[in-house]
Amino acid sequence: MSIRYGLLSLLERRPMYGYQLRQEFEASTGATWPLNVGQVYSTLARLERDGLVAVSDDETADADRESQRVYAITDNGRAEVRTWFATPVRNTSPPRDELAIKLALAVHTPGVDVHAVIQAQRTATVRALQEYTRAREAAADDLSWLLVADSLIFAAEAEVRWLDHCETRLARAARTRTDAASAKPAGSVRREDARS
Amino acid sequence: MSSPVLELRDVGREHGRGEATVHALDGVSLSVGPGEFVAIMGPSGSGKSTLLNLAGGLDSPTHGDVIVEGKRLGGLTRSSLAQLRRRAVGYVFQSLNLIPSLTAVENVMLPRELDGIASRRARSEALDALREVAMDELAERFPDDMSGGQQQRVAIARAVVGDRRLILADEPTGALDSQTGEDVLRMLRARCDAGAAAVLVTHDARHAGWADRVVFLRDGVLVDETAPLAGPESLLSTSPIE
Repeated sequence: MSIRYGLLSLLERRPMYGYQLRQEFEASTGATWPLNVGQVYSTLARLERDGLVAVSDDETADADRESQRVYAITDNGRAEVRTWFATPVRNTSPPRDELAIKLALAVHTPGVDVHAVIQAQRTATVRALQEYTRAREAAADDLSWLLVADSLIFAAEAEVRWLDHCETRLARAARTRTDAASAKPAGSVRREDARS
Repeated sequence: MSSPVLELRDVGREHGRGEATVHALDGVSLSVGPGEFVAIMGPSGSGKSTLLNLAGGLDSPTHGDVIVEGKRLGGLTRSSLAQLRRRAVGYVFQSLNLIPSLTAVENVMLPRELDGIASRRARSEALDALREVAMDELAERFPDDMSGGQQQRVAIARAVVGDRRLILADEPTGALDSQTGEDVLRMLRARCDAGAAAVLVTHDARHAGWADRVVFLRDGVLVDETAPLAGPESLLSTSPIE
């Protein structure tokens, strides 16, 4: 996730202090992705270096002190924000998904009950869904936060559906093995074994 | 803690006998208190609907006890069971089961009138229930003149009319679009926040997300349940992003 574009698009609203940017970022995203103030200032320093923001001229206070500086977006910064909004987020290489990797390994690891792995994950994910649903209802008029909460909820729902699907697939694979085993005489190579 | 509205004690339901016995439900214990919203998830055939039918007295367990509002259903006569079903339990099903020749308010009044409540009072209670689901302005409409979402709201009003304390819902959002489905769940949630107990059977995790507790059924057995919720903040204040 790019803090850089987050801060730049907030500065499109009006010039702000670093701590204001942090507050507004968290308010927009329901504190789902908290920022620490150090990240905000280091990002602002890079944005200033790249000419995308400038310390506001009307700032009379001690401009050397980070907390006293008001940042404003430049024309180049505006162009950068436009480009960001106009460009789809790329998902070219799938992110490393620990759960998918875990299940992929679980099916061939001796002594691991894959169904138990799936159920433990399902319980945890549904519980997360309960929390997201509550949090969303608690902040029902904040459109930005509603969108973020919906995103979390739909992602969790998708994970549960995928877990359900995994179980169906496991059951089918187990049936195929049983059928193959009972259909062939002892000693023949089973299809599942031959493939693995 | 106040006494549960619904309690299942080691409940089992078998079909058939001998080698052909199918355990639709096996040794299930579950307690739902006032104000509590419990969702039951599980694959088809896991026993979800059986559990709901037993909880509502529409079916009887082959062993164990079902207790509603402190009354053991197995110990009731047929007529007191019917009365308890009408007075204490409200049902919301996927199919709406509204009577097409009755208006919205008449549909909602019906269970109260069957219960011997005077028509005027039944009507006033029905209007209260319709108001709760924002359908009071359409009280005189017939089901055919309402959208699916509106009909489902009326079905919910009918399930809660007369302050029934236990609401049993089986995939109540089945035919509805996602926004309308969400409204239905929000109403169930509100009803629980006002003190009722609800059991929702669903295969949809997003719907289960509305519950206080989610239990998981598999092959007729309760295999797991979610831990109690701490509060809205607990998952949403993680470490700063990189």
